[in-house]
Amino acid sequence: MSQPAIDVRYVANLARLELSDEEIATFQPQLEAILRHAESLSALDLSGIEASAHANTVFGPMREDVPHESMSVETVLQNAPDQAQGQIRVPKVVTDA
Amino acid sequence: MTIASLRRQLLAGETTAPDIVRALSKEIIARDPQIQAYLSYNLETALAEAESADLEKPLGGIPIAIKDNINVLGHPCGCSSKFLENFVSPYDATVIKKLRAAGAIPFGRMNQDEFAMGSATENSAVQITRNPRDPERIPGGSSGGSAAAVADLTAIAALGSDTGGSIRQPASHCGVVGLKPSYGRVSRYGLVAFASSLDQIGPLTQSVEDAALILQAIAGADPHDSTCLTAPVPDYLASLNHGVKGMKLGLPKEYLGSGIHDGVRQQIQKSIDSLQAQGAEIVEISLPHTEHAVATYYIIAPAEASSNLSRFDGIRYGHRAANPADILDLYQKSREEGFGAEVKRRIILGTYVLSSGYYDAYYGRAQKVRTLIRRDFDEAFQQVDAILAPVAPTPARKLGAAGSDPIHEYLSDIFTLAANLAGVPAISVPAGTTAYDGADALPVGLQIIAPHLAEAKLLQIAKAAEMGS
Repeated sequence: MSQPAIDVRYVANLARLELSDEEIATFQPQLEAILRHAESLSALDLSGIEASAHANTVFGPMREDVPHESMSVETVLQNAPDQAQGQIRVPKVVTDA
Repeated sequence: MTIASLRRQLLAGETTAPDIVRALSKEIIARDPQIQAYLSYNLETALAEAESADLEKPLGGIPIAIKDNINVLGHPCGCSSKFLENFVSPYDATVIKKLRAAGAIPFGRMNQDEFAMGSATENSAVQITRNPRDPERIPGGSSGGSAAAVADLTAIAALGSDTGGSIRQPASHCGVVGLKPSYGRVSRYGLVAFASSLDQIGPLTQSVEDAALILQAIAGADPHDSTCLTAPVPDYLASLNHGVKGMKLGLPKEYLGSGIHDGVRQQIQKSIDSLQAQGAEIVEISLPHTEHAVATYYIIAPAEASSNLSRFDGIRYGHRAANPADILDLYQKSREEGFGAEVKRRIILGTYVLSSGYYDAYYGRAQKVRTLIRRDFDEAFQQVDAILAPVAPTPARKLGAAGSDPIHEYLSDIFTLAANLAGVPAISVPAGTTAYDGADALPVGLQIIAPHLAEAKLLQIAKAAEMGS
């Protein structure tokens, strides 16, 4: 790993966060410090070591495929910030060509 | 009053479930305005549930405080975030269903670090919780509200969640018991996900016996959570008082090295001496990859968080920015306005380590180191029944003293992170107090770590440690 050079504004955009200039100025050195610390891992010889996505030895067990009652539309919509006609309302997504 | 003693009183007819709820609300009104452990509580619904509580059940009539990231039907679930300020749970988490099935009453929403990201509960967007043992200090975190209320006796017991120490560290700082079960032992359905390969729900209690009682109620398979194991749930109380005679307990040489406050070291040594006097054999062991736990954790946890928190987009629930120009603007502004600084920092870090060109160097590498950390524990448990360690390098620091360098605070998680990365169960048990940073007597926690699914043995050792402290 080379000297970390994180473009905070670019990454924030990937994460759909609109940061202020002040936030970027604060986060930049903090994130670089964290990444510098993470570089200690590059000293380890990891050849032949398998990655662990989690700590369980078994995963992906199946349950029986039995139908069960779902939440009602009213329940699902109770926390929606905007709704109309039993649906969640959002700004126009498809723009005119 | 512990769950166990209240249960005896209830069964003897010396008190009633509504009386317990009313007494608790009096304690909350008297002391919580200063401590601020509770975000809210609903006395009316708790009293109604207490009126109909089935006292024959193992937790019948016992109110249990709930961390603000666990869904309770009809109650707020805000994760102490502005983003979920007005969110009302449309369903019960599996642990809540199981608590209800055992007769318990969910009572109170407990403050936490926003989305469980933090070690001081100072990242709450709602309020600052104080440590009841010294109100000028942090309660620890992220389950700081749960720990502070149990320590302040404004809650009998509480549920918290632990991704890197968020149950054990506040339990240690507040002088209560805190248990992180094995990965897969307790369902996370209805827990707002932070880092899915690490998160576990567990109890914060006044005694080891109470922790066993709650674990008994919440452990076990759940068709709603495919990471929850189907292994049978043993009787955690049956062996609780069997002691530690003949057990081998490991002391990792890496855990008692430099960087630990002398008072903490002394208290941990007293606990070790007591367990030895009770017949345990103390063996020095090695967990050589411990030094890499912080770097590994602070790649894996933010990576998973950045993915999990992408659901907070301002569309289906939670905060939505006013007058967005278009859909992209809605996402970006809603998230910018709704999340606090630590959450944003971790989302950016996580997005970065998962991004093209950096994935292998950071995330891929960290997952391999996690394998090495797991192997350390596998090898240690070939030699010993359980491992003894501190929970935190120092007692609770003062409020507002974190400084501007997040890495400094992250490093204080060094002793708790490895158990999450390895998926093994661990508990914090009060181990007396020490003078620290101008305070005369601040709680210290002894951490006990056991093999995967060996909670019965873990609780048995914890009980012996509790007796000796």
